[in-house]
Amino acid sequence: MESTKILDAKGLACPMPIVKTKKAMNELEIGEILEVHATDKGAKSDLTAWAKSGGHELLEDTEEDDVLKFWIKKG
Amino acid sequence: MTTPITTEALAKKVVNQEKIRILDVRNTDEFDDWKIEGENVEIINEPYFNLLDGIEPVTGKLTKDQEVIVVCAKGGSSQMVAELLEEEGGFSKVLNLEGGMKAWSEHLEPVKIADLKQGGSLYQFVRLGKGCLSYMVESDGEAAIIDISRMIEKYEAFAKDKGVQIKHLIDTHLHADHISGGRALAEKTGGTYHLPPKDATEVTYDYTALEEGNDITVGNTKVKVQPIYSPGHTIGSTSLIIDDHYLLTGDILFVKSIGRPDLAGKAEDWVGDLRHSLYKRYKELSEDLIVLPAHYSFAEELSEGGSVSARLGDLYQRNEGLQVDSEEVFKKMVTENLPPQPNAYQEIRETNMGKITPEDEKQREMETGPNRCAVHG
Repeated sequence: MESTKILDAKGLACPMPIVKTKKAMNELEIGEILEVHATDKGAKSDLTAWAKSGGHELLEDTEEDDVLKFWIKKG
Repeated sequence: MTTPITTEALAKKVVNQEKIRILDVRNTDEFDDWKIEGENVEIINEPYFNLLDGIEPVTGKLTKDQEVIVVCAKGGSSQMVAELLEEEGGFSKVLNLEGGMKAWSEHLEPVKIADLKQGGSLYQFVRLGKGCLSYMVESDGEAAIIDISRMIEKYEAFAKDKGVQIKHLIDTHLHADHISGGRALAEKTGGTYHLPPKDATEVTYDYTALEEGNDITVGNTKVKVQPIYSPGHTIGSTSLIIDDHYLLTGDILFVKSIGRPDLAGKAEDWVGDLRHSLYKRYKELSEDLIVLPAHYSFAEELSEGGSVSARLGDLYQRNEGLQVDSEEVFKKMVTENLPPQPNAYQEIRETNMGKITPEDEKQREMETGPNRCAVHG
């Protein structure tokens, strides 16, 4: 999937993946897509919940070789 | 700098029924699924990511000079929120639960249940974070552990402290909600691992059959452990009468509820067995037996001091699962409207059969969440 920006949050533990995602999201325009790579298992449910509460849209998420990838569209 | 609080210290507060105020900063789905409970626990939820721009969402719900324990999944996010409360909110007594819910799920609180007739004693290990109960009988330098959890070091340390050798590891049934440490500890200590044969048809290891007629003795004073076949939660479920006075019911009968028959996918088949065990088999036993179950579901089941137990005769008066005269109504109750199944219960069963051996970290994850082994009438 096309993304505007990629954030590497691999190796970071909670709360850092969300803290960094939030910061990166602030720099995007509405409708642009942020791609997040993380290894913390908790990131999945937290990113999903965070995106929802912030009005963003989680377009897709995948898991490959223990790396979680998320595509979030800024709302 | 935020002050940490260990799971041990928090557990003491919970079993002593102290007033505790908790701010749980996990996401709301996780909070709703599973949280810290206790008689005097006041708990609020606000996900940490809602507090990144400021702590206003919680300032109205908490008082600055009261002690607040902040909790998250693993301890990292709660640390951040605890610092925010202190630095931005001017809160003065903020504690961060070390290791979060993951550590809380593994904490075991040993509580002495009784001194036995001919010496020795019986302990209940309360797993507060998950509602699991396991037991140690010790007598004359020997010990038997029943329904042991995965955290075997904690029982080993306890046995060492009491100066007893672990001889028997007993599982009342093949568990679906937690990973048994029975086989691992039996291998480590040279003890015997006992399992009901009807639950062991698919296991990949050697075990000793837990069956009626094969009493187990602990120590020279012969504390008797008498198996009573009581199927229903699983086809092999076997209760134990210890010292002729304590009835370890496994997942068949709890203090406020009864076992569910569906975790091995056989609700329809096993409902009759469950009915027979509860309404016939147990009825033939002395009403004065003290029921010691393998789980509890509600904080109010914990007595002051932290133990969970009840007299069998009293449960026939007040446990709703034992008040259903009609077999049809009973059948409906235990096969319809069942709660969700425990997290990863199939994988947990396969692990307990020896079919798969997940890594430690994976095992911890599989056990996350409540036990959900009961049907509430």
